[in-house]
Amino acid sequence: MFQTIQSRAVLLPHDDIDTDQIIPARFLKVTSRDGLGVNLFHDWRYQASGAPQADFPLNAPGAAGSQVLIAGHNFGCGSSREHAPWALCDFGFRAVVASSFADIFRSNALKNGLLPVALGREEHARLCAARAADPGLVVTVDLAGQVIAWPGQSPLTFPVDPFARRCLLDGVDELGYLLSLRGDIEAYEARR
Amino acid sequence: MSRTLARTLFDKIWDEHVVVEQGGEPAVLYIDLHLVHEVTSPQAFRGLRARGLTVRRPERTVATMDHSVPTAPGAVRGRIPVVDAQAEAQLRQLEVNCAEFGIELFALGSDQQGIVHVIGPELGFTQPATTIVCGDSHTSTHGAFGALAFGIGTSEVEHVLATQCLLQRRPATMLVQVDGQLPGGVTAKDIILALIAKIGVGGATGHVIEYAGEAIRALSMEQRMTVCNMSIEAGARAGLIAPDETTFAWLAGRARVPQGPAWEAAVARWRQLPSDPGAAYDTTVTIDGGGLEPMITYGTNPGMGIAITQPVPAPDGLADPRERAALDKALRYMDLEPGRPLLGHRVDVVFLGSCTNSRLGDLRQAASVVAGRHVAPGVRMLVVPGSQAIKRQAEAEGLDQVFRDAGAEWRESGCSMCIAMNGDQLQPGEYAVSTSNRNFEGRQGKGGRTFLASPLTAAAAAVTGRITDPRQL
Repeated sequence: MFQTIQSRAVLLPHDDIDTDQIIPARFLKVTSRDGLGVNLFHDWRYQASGAPQADFPLNAPGAAGSQVLIAGHNFGCGSSREHAPWALCDFGFRAVVASSFADIFRSNALKNGLLPVALGREEHARLCAARAADPGLVVTVDLAGQVIAWPGQSPLTFPVDPFARRCLLDGVDELGYLLSLRGDIEAYEARR
Repeated sequence: MSRTLARTLFDKIWDEHVVVEQGGEPAVLYIDLHLVHEVTSPQAFRGLRARGLTVRRPERTVATMDHSVPTAPGAVRGRIPVVDAQAEAQLRQLEVNCAEFGIELFALGSDQQGIVHVIGPELGFTQPATTIVCGDSHTSTHGAFGALAFGIGTSEVEHVLATQCLLQRRPATMLVQVDGQLPGGVTAKDIILALIAKIGVGGATGHVIEYAGEAIRALSMEQRMTVCNMSIEAGARAGLIAPDETTFAWLAGRARVPQGPAWEAAVARWRQLPSDPGAAYDTTVTIDGGGLEPMITYGTNPGMGIAITQPVPAPDGLADPRERAALDKALRYMDLEPGRPLLGHRVDVVFLGSCTNSRLGDLRQAASVVAGRHVAPGVRMLVVPGSQAIKRQAEAEGLDQVFRDAGAEWRESGCSMCIAMNGDQLQPGEYAVSTSNRNFEGRQGKGGRTFLASPLTAAAAAVTGRITDPRQL
């Protein structure tokens, strides 16, 4: 069940961050969903030696334990790999705030309890500025109320697909829902 | 539903596949064909097992091995080991899953193995008026046949395996009208790179694109696949082209299409698919096909493209600070100087392959440039046919010899250097001209730098060792 988030945030405000950056293809040779967080943003996060890239936001003190990632426009474009939200979730993120999302990423994220929060360009810029000014900024994301807020910012509503929202809040399982429609599916197959 | 009067191609396919749409809930969309590969399916099969579920329609499900297979000569007969034990385990898992759940598999070693988006059409699995999904964003390729085809994540792979259905919101529609006749040296790849440069990598988010116009009608099926393939690079959910005589002629007689009277009936049905006159689209974009030039990308996403004769854009020329920052970051990664022409720039590797440009027509085009020439000293050229069937056809025509004589590598079928998870990859700092679909940082190998272009432009780069306008050769 999706609980309200109150957390520090990692700021990675580039536009068009693609899923090859979120998790490079060479880490997709796995047969489980687990343990991908260590390779999240691998090629931006680590040097060739494997040592952490000191100036990369995920390596900053305080990044560990952050549940909110703030990114730019069109987050998650490119490949359909669900390994991207798996890696983000495994790291500990529960929401990504951006000014827009790629379609497949948004769908994949919602199926893993990772909430995509799309803000208007101006509101998004305000959040980036607030976080840049205060690395300890605590962001509140309330799915039930469909609002996001931070100190100095009154709650802003964000759009969420109502079905996805219900799945997250009530723990509705999408596959279970589809399986419950078996009669409709059989009738459709019969009438074709 | 109020869309019964003038409907688009998309509307017709969508409406036909809605199983049920209850007030406020997403539509339950029936899926006619589910394509499966080794990388995005293991967790879905694992989920089925955990719930004790079976595959609802195994006969509507087809699997191949393509992403992590080696493409070195001999690889297909198992003489070359896959890149590592993890990839090996993933390939073996696909075999186990397909055997357990009764799914047809075109494994490494099969005469029909190849890239999932190449073999689907080639074997006639891909047909007009159908819905097609795969755990791969380039599933949009199949839209070239007038099929609604889109990429899905692994959770959705599991949903389709278990129920043959997906929960979907109806997307918006975008008409991309490409008028005129393409000039010599300009190809389908240049159309789609020009579109993405025009509308951006998020320009079609939330939309299904329909490509229409004189320049689209004149394309072969292979070229139409190239266009639809990269719809996702503009953010589109899918790309569609209405089926016509070109489509029917290409599909007729293929292994899995209807035969005899059933074929005639299918074609009659498919003739009803094109958008009705006056059908409305949410967005329209027009491109003057007659005014296009060969295109090439200079940056780190497919929207960062220019006509090959143009200089690299300068960040200083951009008003939007975010766009300026993005361009500056891309040019630093690519180590390119703003304002300088790309023509003449050094090239280390040329990759001819991928689900975008690995079909027979692509190989013929590249061979026409390479014939009688030699790959430039210091340049490595990989030629990777999209499937074993294409490889055999090309060999029957002697194309393999043209490439070999020129010093290029003639390899086995697979995704190869498009995704660089199979041993085929760039070294840090190397520049590649690639016929694939993504130039993201590290996409073709960590630290590698990609220029996306057509097979003609790639071949021209191979023989000159420089970025070269194919019209000048």
